[in-house]
Amino acid sequence: MARSRRGFLKGAAAGAAVAVVAPPHAATAQETTPRNATAQPNATTVAADTGRRPATVASRIVEKPGSDFMVDVLKTLDFEYLAANPGSTFEGLHESLINYGDNKMPEFLTCCHEESAVAMAHGYAKIEGKPMIAMMHGTIGMQHASMAIYNAYVDRVPIYMVAGNHADGAERTPGVASLHSAQDIGALVRDYVKWDDQPYSLGHFAESAVRAYNIAMTPPMAPVLIVANYELQAHPNLQSDLRIPKLSRTTPPQGDSGAVAEAAQMLVAAERPLIITERTARTPHGMKLMIELAETLQAPVSNQERMDFPNRHPLAGTGGVGYQADVVLNLEVNDVSNSARAARARGAKTISITSLNLSHKSNIQEFGHYPEVDLNIGADAEATLPALIEACKKLITADRRRALDERGAKLAEAHKQARARDIELAAVGWDASPVSLARLCAELWPLIKNEDWSLVSWQGFISQWPRRLWTFDKHYQYIGGQGAGGMGYGAPAAVGAALANKKHGRFSVSIQTDGDLNYAPGVLWTAAHHQIPLLTIMHNNRGYHQEVMFIEQQASIRNRGADRAHIGTKLWNPNIDYAKLAQAYGQYAEGPITDPKDLAPAFQRAIAQVKKGEPALIDVVTQPR
Amino acid sequence: MRRLFMFVLAVATVSAQGPSGNAAHGKELFVKYSCYACHGFSGQNGPGARLVPMKIAQAGFIAYVRNPPRPNQMPSYSAKAVPDADMADIYAYLKTLPDSAPSAKSIPVLNQILTAP
Repeated sequence: MARSRRGFLKGAAAGAAVAVVAPPHAATAQETTPRNATAQPNATTVAADTGRRPATVASRIVEKPGSDFMVDVLKTLDFEYLAANPGSTFEGLHESLINYGDNKMPEFLTCCHEESAVAMAHGYAKIEGKPMIAMMHGTIGMQHASMAIYNAYVDRVPIYMVAGNHADGAERTPGVASLHSAQDIGALVRDYVKWDDQPYSLGHFAESAVRAYNIAMTPPMAPVLIVANYELQAHPNLQSDLRIPKLSRTTPPQGDSGAVAEAAQMLVAAERPLIITERTARTPHGMKLMIELAETLQAPVSNQERMDFPNRHPLAGTGGVGYQADVVLNLEVNDVSNSARAARARGAKTISITSLNLSHKSNIQEFGHYPEVDLNIGADAEATLPALIEACKKLITADRRRALDERGAKLAEAHKQARARDIELAAVGWDASPVSLARLCAELWPLIKNEDWSLVSWQGFISQWPRRLWTFDKHYQYIGGQGAGGMGYGAPAAVGAALANKKHGRFSVSIQTDGDLNYAPGVLWTAAHHQIPLLTIMHNNRGYHQEVMFIEQQASIRNRGADRAHIGTKLWNPNIDYAKLAQAYGQYAEGPITDPKDLAPAFQRAIAQVKKGEPALIDVVTQPR
Repeated sequence: MRRLFMFVLAVATVSAQGPSGNAAHGKELFVKYSCYACHGFSGQNGPGARLVPMKIAQAGFIAYVRNPPRPNQMPSYSAKAVPDADMADIYAYLKTLPDSAPSAKSIPVLNQILTAP
């Protein structure tokens, strides 16, 4: 409601300004306004409502506003895009970006929610390996964005955030500007950004803006926040000696040489080592290093988060039935406490290499239980892998090599059997309606496998069927999940990732859960408006399904029936028509599809649209998981 | 006398196997009690065990639901939560569901995945 009022007041203020400045076309526009149109408030009313007094033309013109310099600073950091929902606290910077900055590098992306803007930046960074800007409007924009920021923080993704704020209470107008401002606006999200600053001069802005980029991109990567004070944007830049510091990047931390040697000894001596990786491959090279480590050790690699390891590699998996690891190497695993506890129980050793050891905050408990591990290396895993691989190779004798290769052959056979089992399981309920997730993924695969495809959605709610059926061997083919489990991430992150894929000519596909899309479906419009090619297949199970199962479990524990588990958890009665929703936002869409025989033809039609450079959506009514 | 014997035999059989259920009602109950949540609307798609084809007897089925071996995965339901009569109806419904699990080789798209290098 406040935003609507703000929009009205700003529109009214603009109208009042027109009355003062009176461009040539203004009189014509006023004359053609119907008599029964909503009356526009006059300058006196606007002044009373907003506290803004109309001024003379000469005193209103600001040459070289501070926000122009802010754009100069941001342009040195090579941002391609800026995602934002517009707001008055950054109106000066907004104007500078699109006029002074020519709306290029960065290009402004219109978002319908700040959570969408940040989550788009989240998805973009996971493909492109660098941040884009998400801009927030004062207190309200920051609070809208906060959940998406938290997801990115836990997912260790760099996002460059800029927030507007009326910091100077003397200049701040009464009413809306006060509602949208804070004494310390960074405090709203400080628990889950890596660094923030509120510069009070343009020189300070330049320094902090460059520093923020470097901090965001140094592992463990995370969102950063720079506050662009309204007054700093609006006032003329009268300084002639301002300079923009050169960006100097901090190298990622590498593991201590002694600790790396000890890890190598444990791994080479292990009879059944296991590598668990979550976010190791920050770059495509990281995936090559992961393959080299696995093949050096002939150790299985469990990888269900980001794209760290090819899923069809013979060493992909957990080693097969009965493979009880005696040494577990955790690489960039956020919470190793579970696997460490299990390892300890069977007498196995645990090694952890993660840069998270170097960054801790107190309030939010995302760090999990204390990791009781045998060797804890505080370092970035990708940066440490070359030394670890080298150390392992030096320790492997010819005899040991033969033993490792024998193990590798057994692991390859276990991998092959596991894959065959998965494919057989995909046939279960093949003709079922609602459609099985396995069939949805199986029908989609032959239609995209010859494209340069990228799966830009999480597989956790679709029983990992793409990983079980498709062939993932490129770094950009999977971006993992939300980070902190916050819903509302999926749709905008997919759009952001698809945007990053666009310039590489890749085909982006998202298997989109219905509950997630309903948080902020306006991102469908953003994708259509900015012509972001993305195939969205709805996993429409008509509910917040995880919660259905949780409520069911609670009812059981309390000896009550689960016959009310649908209350508060289901999205039915009426069913939501996602094809109509997407069409309303300007996308090509079909559905709902309930007969699995209709999948492939619908997918083909939608793929044709996406290959033209547009987003398209197919609504499939699915089994719960 | 022979008629009486047959009647007694029939009652004894029902007592051993439980009353036969109403499959149509069971279909409603399968959704109402959220059984579909883990086992799928098909009774065989989801994180829960495959219930199709239903191979255990009704008594065993009910006993399993009352006291599952891993209650942190499969919630237990007492007779208070799901009465025996409802369990019988659900069982009857599950018995009507077709086993839709052809071999992967018989499905072209799965066979392609299976045989892909």
